[in-house]
Amino acid sequence: MSLKDLAAPFTVWKRAFEKPYTQIKPIEERPGAERYRGFHINDTDKCIGCGTCESVCQNEAIDLVPVTERETRHGDSGLRPKIDYGRCCWCALCVDICPTSSLGMSNEYIWIDEDPEVFRFVPGEDETSWQTSDKGYRRAEGYELLEGERVPMPMLSFEESRKSFVEMVQGYSREQAIAEADRCVACGICIATCPAHMDVPAYIDAIRRDDMEDGLRIVYQANPLPASCGRVCSHACEYVCAVKHKGEALSIRWLKRYIVDQIYLGDYRGVLESAENQNGKKVAVIGSGPGGLAAAYYLRLLGYEVRIFDANEKAGGMLRYGIPEYRLPYDQVDKDIEYIRSLGVEIHQNVRIGVDIPFREIYDDNDAVFFSTGLTDPYGLDIAGEDLPGVISGLKILDDVTDGRDPEVGKSVVVVGGGNVAMDAARTSRRYGAEVTILYRRREEDMPADEEEIHESRGEGCRLLTQAIPLRLEKGETTRLKLYWGKAEMIPDPEGGRPRPQLIEGSEEMIECDTVIPAIGQQADYAFLPEEISAKISFKRGMVQINEYRQTGDTKIFAGGDIANRKRDAISAIADGHSAAKGIDIFLTTPGKN
Amino acid sequence: MVKTGNTGVSDLATRNSAHINDNPRMPEIVNGKSRFNLESGKYLKVWQGPQHPGITGNMSLELTICGDEIVECKTHVGYLHRGFEKLMERRKYIQCFPIVCRICVPEPDFNEYLFAATVEELAGITIPERAVWIRTLNLEMARLASFLMWIGGQAGAFGMGTLGQWTVTLRDYVLDRFEELSGGRIYHMYMIPGGVRADFPEGFRERLLETLETVESTLKDIELAMFSNGVFKKRAVGLGVIAPEIVDQFGITGPNARAAGFKRDTRKDRPYLVYDRLDFEVITATGSDAYSRAVVRLKETFQSIDLIRQILEKMPQEGPFFTKLPNPLHWKVPAGQIYLKAECTRGEYGYYLNSDGGDKPRRIYVRGPSYTHAVALMEHLSIGCDIADTAGLMVSLHTYPPEVER
Ligand code: SF4
Ligand code: SF4
Repeated sequence: MSLKDLAAPFTVWKRAFEKPYTQIKPIEERPGAERYRGFHINDTDKCIGCGTCESVCQNEAIDLVPVTERETRHGDSGLRPKIDYGRCCWCALCVDICPTSSLGMSNEYIWIDEDPEVFRFVPGEDETSWQTSDKGYRRAEGYELLEGERVPMPMLSFEESRKSFVEMVQGYSREQAIAEADRCVACGICIATCPAHMDVPAYIDAIRRDDMEDGLRIVYQANPLPASCGRVCSHACEYVCAVKHKGEALSIRWLKRYIVDQIYLGDYRGVLESAENQNGKKVAVIGSGPGGLAAAYYLRLLGYEVRIFDANEKAGGMLRYGIPEYRLPYDQVDKDIEYIRSLGVEIHQNVRIGVDIPFREIYDDNDAVFFSTGLTDPYGLDIAGEDLPGVISGLKILDDVTDGRDPEVGKSVVVVGGGNVAMDAARTSRRYGAEVTILYRRREEDMPADEEEIHESRGEGCRLLTQAIPLRLEKGETTRLKLYWGKAEMIPDPEGGRPRPQLIEGSEEMIECDTVIPAIGQQADYAFLPEEISAKISFKRGMVQINEYRQTGDTKIFAGGDIANRKRDAISAIADGHSAAKGIDIFLTTPGKN
Repeated sequence: MVKTGNTGVSDLATRNSAHINDNPRMPEIVNGKSRFNLESGKYLKVWQGPQHPGITGNMSLELTICGDEIVECKTHVGYLHRGFEKLMERRKYIQCFPIVCRICVPEPDFNEYLFAATVEELAGITIPERAVWIRTLNLEMARLASFLMWIGGQAGAFGMGTLGQWTVTLRDYVLDRFEELSGGRIYHMYMIPGGVRADFPEGFRERLLETLETVESTLKDIELAMFSNGVFKKRAVGLGVIAPEIVDQFGITGPNARAAGFKRDTRKDRPYLVYDRLDFEVITATGSDAYSRAVVRLKETFQSIDLIRQILEKMPQEGPFFTKLPNPLHWKVPAGQIYLKAECTRGEYGYYLNSDGGDKPRRIYVRGPSYTHAVALMEHLSIGCDIADTAGLMVSLHTYPPEVER
């Protein structure tokens, strides 16, 4: 042992006179670091109650709970995460994954209370002193657990698309579909929003599992027209998709299409529920659009003998006659219809009720009648010169093309309207080589057409004139028509509704064109209903009034689709058909109901 | 610094058993095991521990003593760690990530790193360059913090409580930097599959360098006060000598093996992260007793400081720190199995991951060096030791309780 061994330990003495490292009041004086993972905060107005935080928490420390004064809305489950600090390990994975970035953590770490219950709390709803803290853990920029970008859909270029009616959207490959399905957080907010309440997360999961048969079964549970819907559905689900808060919504519609595209029609029978049983009762369906077909399908599965009557040459209603082939090829409509037909549903074409066969006969022959005849009469523009040659309704043009007749639109076309029919009429005219201008009374954001339709119309070269009101039509000199229109200013609605367009005096302008296509909406035609029956049914603003079973004032008659439903899209009509099938079944099988 | 020099390892290695056989009070040794008669009244059975989960752990020692000398030691451990492994078989990959850090509380980062690295390896994910450097920095910071805790423990076990207070304070400074970097002091949960969860906060580099200075200067005092301390030397030299021939038999790694003259270090032998781009030597000693092990660890503490400085110097100053992963809620890792290892303060840390291609690990096995060192080695080395030295001996093997329990 050396002298150093004896002396060195006294080194510690030199520190005896230093300021101690110990902090005297650590509680008051030491805030957590800037990104400390302290107690949770939640911006509950931004939070949509998707429960993604709940599913990632390995401690099951999060429960989604209803909170007072917050109601379920489209895109918001109305629930909010409640955190149990008896379980939480402060890993902040919930913060990392939250698609809306509403969840975060404060850098607060001292919380003293005698009541153990308070440590189970709903951040942002239950009062805490750190809720407004701007420090604490947040997801760092450059660190993302969820993918915000869609797998791009292979599409025809606008150059190509405007030359033919070839389907523009080409469809996902297996890898692309699985990658897109992988982005789903399976929150189910879409289920609540889908008019047909399709189990979207389940069929997306089937894609991830690469089990198309299961996918098809799930899809058919709520939608017997998936090949069509997978192409033209208005996809309300995508507008509320939780992932949309991170960037782009899941392409739910195209994933549905992917499932259906993978299975041949001939193989459907082996996969889907059979319709072998017969219960001896008969139901007639009037109209073979989405509502009628859906009702027929589900009624058939329940054992009913179903006959559909339709005025057109081919079945499908608006799916076939209102939507051009570049969006929905006829063979896809056929695929959906053929399967329904193969279950034993009879479809009688070219039968106009009230003309070829009286409604009464159908009524008396069947145990129940469902009608979903759609909106078939286009509204006129209600301006002078409307009956001049060259004014052709949008529906008529689409109809002609479906029936194989080339519409005579000439070199220049003006389409009036802002809905999907207007866009389709415009794009169809474009395909026949016309220069197209779309005239719409309100602003672009007010247009009822799907976003992509507007985008694609533009891409294909249609000119969009918004806040433009058609005033009158005159015969043209070198062209067929002169359309006079005026500029509109938007007047706010005192009742909080959509702002209304009002003509600016003296702003008149004129466009010369060969064809004017009014596409500002349609109405229903109930002429086929005999008086004694229509007297029992009530109508409001042109729409049939129905109860929760889709039953009209005549207990034997049920209705659905555009004539009974303001949403006016295929999927709502399908949902109506499904509900009506259930309603009819209850009506016919529950004693006392009829 | 004291030279451990040529104490003659093989002499020391036979010290324990020679001592027992020379002592008439000690039981007879047959086939390397003591044979004693508890009824004889010469021996007593006492339990040591479990006392404090942070020191020698929830582990308890069942000691048979003769006077104050240990004639037999049986270790009793729990199943904490195995519980973690089982827990992970029921969790999605992403959900395992907050679990693994709890396998070793004082130095959780090796678990994070190895879990992330095994998953990445099986899934074929390459992480960005900056993340690779940050991970290396993180691991060296973890080594530094862990060594500091150990020094305090070792000093405390021999009665030098003041040094324990210093090192715990120093460790706290390092934890401050962890808190800034990751948002957590103890469970950092920072190295996630795909990279790390965030880049350096503003001014982090400078503050880390300052912390290193503080630690380094105090460490020099500690070196004087502890390693040039007659009492410490008296108690530690010759205590718990690990004979070089048992190093491989017992699976001894890290400073425990290096102090027995083995030039083995995973960072050199099978470089991972950026260790092949850093300049350092493997530190060894030959005494193979508690003192030599302490010396090796102290030198490695200085080495960690140096490595952190090198990393801060050489690392790319910007760039991404995270690679996009598949959606972690549905992520399936391709089937396969893998074992990866890293050099923690106690030796080889290893993760075996077996995936059946599902979204949860089929099996995860964690090889924490503490198990070998605390169970078999402790039972072997404690024979002939004084009761008063058991704590010092145990700490000199540097084991961490949750890693032992299984
Ligand atoms: S993940 Fe985010 S948005 Fe969804 S419920 Fe949790 S906190 Fe709300
Ligand atoms: S911090 Fe981790 S443990 Fe706590 S609620 Fe969030 S995910 Fe669950």
